[in-house]
Amino acid sequence: MSVLVYTESEEGIFKKTAFEAVSYAKGLANSLSTTVTAVSINGNDVAQLGEYGADKVLEISNDALKRFKADAYAEAISQAAKKEGAKIVILSSTTNSKYLAPLLAVNLEAGYVPNVVALPTSTSPFTVKNSVFSNKAFAETEIKTDIKLVAVATNSYPISITDGTAEVESFAVSLDSVKDVEVTDVEKATNKVSIADAEIVVAGGRGLKGPENWHLIEDLAEVLGAATACSKPVSDMGWRPHEEHVGQTGRPVASNLYIAVGISGAIQHLAGVSASKVKVVINNDPEAPFFKAADYGIVGDAFEIVPELIEKLKAFKAENA
Amino acid sequence: MQAYHLKNILVSSYRSIKIDFFMKILVCISHVPDTTSRINFTDNNSKFDSSGVQFVINPNDEFGLTRAMWFKEKQGATIHIVNVGGPETEPTLRKALAIGADEAIRINTEAVDGYSVAKQLAAVAKEGDYDLIIGGRESLDYNGGMVPGMLAKMLDYNFVNTCTSLEVEGDTATATREIDGGTETIKATLPLVVGGQKGIVEESDLRIPNMRGIMQARKKPLTVREPIDASVETQTTKFEEPAPKGSIKLADNVDQLIDMLHNEAKAI
Repeated sequence: MSVLVYTESEEGIFKKTAFEAVSYAKGLANSLSTTVTAVSINGNDVAQLGEYGADKVLEISNDALKRFKADAYAEAISQAAKKEGAKIVILSSTTNSKYLAPLLAVNLEAGYVPNVVALPTSTSPFTVKNSVFSNKAFAETEIKTDIKLVAVATNSYPISITDGTAEVESFAVSLDSVKDVEVTDVEKATNKVSIADAEIVVAGGRGLKGPENWHLIEDLAEVLGAATACSKPVSDMGWRPHEEHVGQTGRPVASNLYIAVGISGAIQHLAGVSASKVKVVINNDPEAPFFKAADYGIVGDAFEIVPELIEKLKAFKAENA
Repeated sequence: MQAYHLKNILVSSYRSIKIDFFMKILVCISHVPDTTSRINFTDNNSKFDSSGVQFVINPNDEFGLTRAMWFKEKQGATIHIVNVGGPETEPTLRKALAIGADEAIRINTEAVDGYSVAKQLAAVAKEGDYDLIIGGRESLDYNGGMVPGMLAKMLDYNFVNTCTSLEVEGDTATATREIDGGTETIKATLPLVVGGQKGIVEESDLRIPNMRGIMQARKKPLTVREPIDASVETQTTKFEEPAPKGSIKLADNVDQLIDMLHNEAKAI
């Protein structure tokens, strides 16, 4: 019974979190002496999943699934799991995966643990480590059901590249029983990397004094290929769009690098960004709480430091290209 | 439809006429530690230590409750709130009643996992025949994010997660959903379950109970029901705090910062 992994793609392109999920599935399958079957819905070039550890790919190509629909996707994945007799199903933690996961869990009667940060500490009883209390603690959670559903936390399990190849099998699904909500419009910035997908996020807070100074954040983000974000007060004041608000009631950040400019580091903000690997703070108040929570920092005036940082990063990038 | 006329009949003989535009809303409320709480564990690290901790309505649920109040005031609706928990959650439920909900239901059992909570809520929801069920996308404590979706699937209702706006006209809802990098607009027929969050109302519109609300809440029904049999599918056996964080490395200047981020952190 292989380990099944759902590999999410957007417009045919696999997300980085899909490769993380396959790597996780491979690590788990190895410890259980079994194989990994990936299931892809309208992904391109699915054979590449073999490089991350998939032994087989069930390729679903279906026009009715062109746009993400939670109930239909959950139904498709559950049919794949049943076909494989899979006892363990791995997902990632993207917005869409979190949307379909509870539906899939009920379909499969599978116990579901989200935000899993490592391979199981035990496979019998099946026990995983998941983050709780907004990353302020970890839990060891046992899944008691026959089928287990595990969602790997973003950027918490390393991608492993092998020289493996995957056998690709076409898989048809039946969607008669799904409930549909109808998507009537989508608004998405197509030329910018989203906070969820970004390796680096640059965020600005009240310390920037006003929306007219946001070129500092945008230019710094541009040189780093980063997504732009903001603190809650900035979003509440309308300086920046709601989609940029990161924090407990905004978007979570789990990037490799998070740079906070002019943000004091209120607990609700920290709760939302704590899953990022390296946190850097630029603030002219040495007492700002963020200095206790960050990994690196510089005390000083953002209006002087950020322009200098942008110039020097441009030179650095040119040298290291 | 003679909406105004029907509303008058409704006021006088509520139980005898089924009015299908007067929404019946169920708001699911979690009782969670306030964000600023110290997170400690007790009983050999097997339980959250709630001593000295201030508990609140889960923030994502609060946004949903305020939206339900908007429906009540602008379009007509009754709001029931439901929680799975022991007697310690009642102050939180009274707060939701003070904000303006009409009735509260507490299902008298510990909330052990998302699945068993969803099963308890489904039993209440089935009986109540609600048009709209509003839950929070995720709770601050265990970050499960699964109850609204599981509830929808158990009831075979439509489901919209990460819901950032909600309008209802007749039996059709128009909602927006937050997606990575944008927003999707969705049409769905009632009955509907949503996983709400900030955006479904603005932070500045959040309702705070006033004196009158608090006084009225004392007289509103808070019914305690015994739980149905529901299996627990996952169980946390132990908690652990993260490794203590090292202290921050401060750079004296920009050159040093770039050097540390590149050579030491390998982040750029």
